[in-house]
Amino acid sequence: MVDTTTKTWHGIVLDVLKRNEVRLVTYVPDNVLRPVIDGAHADPYFTAFAAAREEEAVGIVSGAWMAGMRGIVLMQTSGFATLPNVLASLACACQIPLLMMVSERGTLGEFNLGQALVCRTMRPVLDALGVEHHTITRLDETDFIVDRTIRQAIGTQAPACLILSPLLTGGKVLS
Amino acid sequence: MLRNTKVMNRFDLTQRLVAKLKDEAVVGGIGFSNFDLWASSGGQRLENFYMLGSMGLAVPIALGVAIAQPQRKVFALEGDGSLLMQLGCLTTVAAQAPKNLAIIVWDNGMYAITGGQATPAAQAGTDIVAIARGAGIAQSAWASDEAEFEALVDQSLAGDGPWLIAARIDSERAVKQTPRDPVLHRQRFMQGMGVRGA
Repeated sequence: MVDTTTKTWHGIVLDVLKRNEVRLVTYVPDNVLRPVIDGAHADPYFTAFAAAREEEAVGIVSGAWMAGMRGIVLMQTSGFATLPNVLASLACACQIPLLMMVSERGTLGEFNLGQALVCRTMRPVLDALGVEHHTITRLDETDFIVDRTIRQAIGTQAPACLILSPLLTGGKVLS
Repeated sequence: MLRNTKVMNRFDLTQRLVAKLKDEAVVGGIGFSNFDLWASSGGQRLENFYMLGSMGLAVPIALGVAIAQPQRKVFALEGDGSLLMQLGCLTTVAAQAPKNLAIIVWDNGMYAITGGQATPAAQAGTDIVAIARGAGIAQSAWASDEAEFEALVDQSLAGDGPWLIAARIDSERAVKQTPRDPVLHRQRFMQGMGVRGA
């Protein structure tokens, strides 16, 4: 087990990705996810790059998995809202263990009405598609939830979504 | 250039492509692109992935395969309407510059499977090869006829990419339909990629 007393949430996430051989990190940039993105770029173990749109990142990670390389898509809440069609017709229909990590905006201090509204669509969409999802709120649970979610996704060949709560990350507030 | 290119036939060109292949991966985009790939391969080729949904993702899926298996050449077969839906992916391909990726665009200027409605690009006279070059895929070319299409495929098989080959095609529908079994296609493709046993 990782010693969470000296670890950051993003350090734990990167450790767990490595432990599970998740080497490909594709993303559409997000401020809260920046330390994960920067950490993945800084570590030669990972192949990390930005896609122009979240759907595209889903396609890249799905293709890589079918060819033997594990990956994850990082995005924020509004980006997730662009995905239902490709989740349904590619990841769910083909039984691809697509891993997603979403930094949650729209709650606990949101200042943008659009973000607050689109946030409400995320869990209902995941539930409607039967996609396993967990919301991480605590540092001491981060390792366990990320690790077990990845293992279950791969073991059951099903997509999964990890939602990073502002309780964990601090979120984004109006400065 | 666009105006001097012959209008060809997708099934004919797909057969010409498949005839040249050994262990290369091919991702067939939604609709007629993958239907004709299925028909051209007699449904037998394990290295083909047939995309039954996720319109616009043939190139991103092929890019993922190319990154995972840099020693294997990967082709994406995509329609013009599908590519328009995900044009940003051309910049991602240019940025990653995978040597083993070739994109083939079938351009009939229409959404053939939904009744032949013109794409906005057809109405505007948009040049897809110019878009690809502008996105940073320098090795992008129109195939002016069947012989040049074959020559461009040979070039992409022999040399470093990324490549984009565009072909003007007619409005013919696909000759057959791919079976609607996404899990079967995914499983067979993984066998073809050597990731799963037979």
